Amino acid sequence: MSALSAVQGVSEMPPVEKVDLRREFNEVGIGEVLNQLDRELIGLRPVKTRIREIASLLLIERIRKRMNLTSDVPTLHMSFTGNPGTGKTTVALRIAGILHRLGFVRRGQVVSVTRDELVGQYIGHTAPKTKEILKKAMGGVLFIDEAYYLHRPDNERDYGQEAIEILLQVMESQREDLVVILAGYGDRMDKFFASNPGFRSRIAHHIDFPDYSDDDLLAIAELMLRDMNYKFSSDAREAFVRYIGLRKAQPMFSNARSIRNALDRMRLRQANRLVADLDRVLTADDVVSLEASDVLASRVFMKAIG
Amino acid sequence: MRITQGCFSFLPDLTDQQITRQVQYCLENGWAVNIEFTDDPHPRNNFWEMWGLPMFDLRDAAGVLMELAECRKVYGDRYIRLSAFDSSHGWESVRLSFIVDRPKQEPGFRLDRHEVAGRNIRYTTTSYAADRPEGQRYGGS
Repeated sequence: MSALSAVQGVSEMPPVEKVDLRREFNEVGIGEVLNQLDRELIGLRPVKTRIREIASLLLIERIRKRMNLTSDVPTLHMSFTGNPGTGKTTVALRIAGILHRLGFVRRGQVVSVTRDELVGQYIGHTAPKTKEILKKAMGGVLFIDEAYYLHRPDNERDYGQEAIEILLQVMESQREDLVVILAGYGDRMDKFFASNPGFRSRIAHHIDFPDYSDDDLLAIAELMLRDMNYKFSSDAREAFVRYIGLRKAQPMFSNARSIRNALDRMRLRQANRLVADLDRVLTADDVVSLEASDVLASRVFMKAIG
Repeated sequence: MRITQGCFSFLPDLTDQQITRQVQYCLENGWAVNIEFTDDPHPRNNFWEMWGLPMFDLRDAAGVLMELAECRKVYGDRYIRLSAFDSSHGWESVRLSFIVDRPKQEPGFRLDRHEVAGRNIRYTTTSYAADRPEGQRYGGS
């Protein structure tokens, strides 16, 4: 396409009378994204239901728009609350895909930031920094992780407030260009919203991410292992079920992230165990399977005994 | 006298929608878009003032249009142009440049003929607007 041909504007389409819902659904291809979401994300039942609801709403909204029944852009800003490791970032990526397919964001990229990337260090530093990020996120989704850090109630002169004001302004005036998703732990996000009522009213969808059950965590572990081409032996699986129970009771438990870290440590122990005996011949089965001893060597079990 | 520099300058002024599509074209080619402004539009004045830094890593034209709106708020009485820089190897130069905003009144240029030895003539173009100090040339404050 030459630069000149881009000058010509788009012609207005006449409103449609009838829409075949199934064809519309298949055309935008969100069914595929939603199924992928169901398949690849374990547990999170309420989140999935909520996303299906939002997707349906947007599909209908899209049809209404084509029928000239609505012209304004729906507010799509969201907040994800939940404990660490419950899949907020992963879901944000999927949401961006859904919004892009439905045409509610033009490009579908996700720009993931934390306080550091928005808030400056000295006077006059914050506004350009925040705007830079906003510009990059235009046409896609801006995902602000641990959003409550933007607001520091103990320091009145904190630059976070400036970033918040710019964000609020853009969230309101450029709704068609940008979707903002705020994420963070439940209780602190509640406090954040309480002290910044502007945010609460501009966010249409509050989605709460529940903790995973023990069964979910086991399924997640097995999915992760399958992706890495490992597997549990049956003893190891039993030991891991016990591990999950014990680990959950300990402080600093962060759901799927803790599971990932535990698996990494188990792979380490397995490798160590294999290397300890240099004289043996390894089969593929030896290399892929994690044994009970790899699991049971964890500190979690020591504490349970001691 | 309407100033014709860069692309599209013989066309009617671009609307915001047209600017958006041009910018999107630039971004899709991976070019960094830059906003510049001046009140000294002499054709030999290559270096216009920059409005912020060139915008790298943008995906959507809305970001550029947001900056352009800010620039227009401050320097709406001057010339504003967008230029797209291609950083890829072998190009490393501006690929597209076009004026997006111009003053309402453009007084144009005076042509001075300077007779020198042997009745040769040297020509100089001078912007009428440039007689006034910077910032007051096009009815701005």
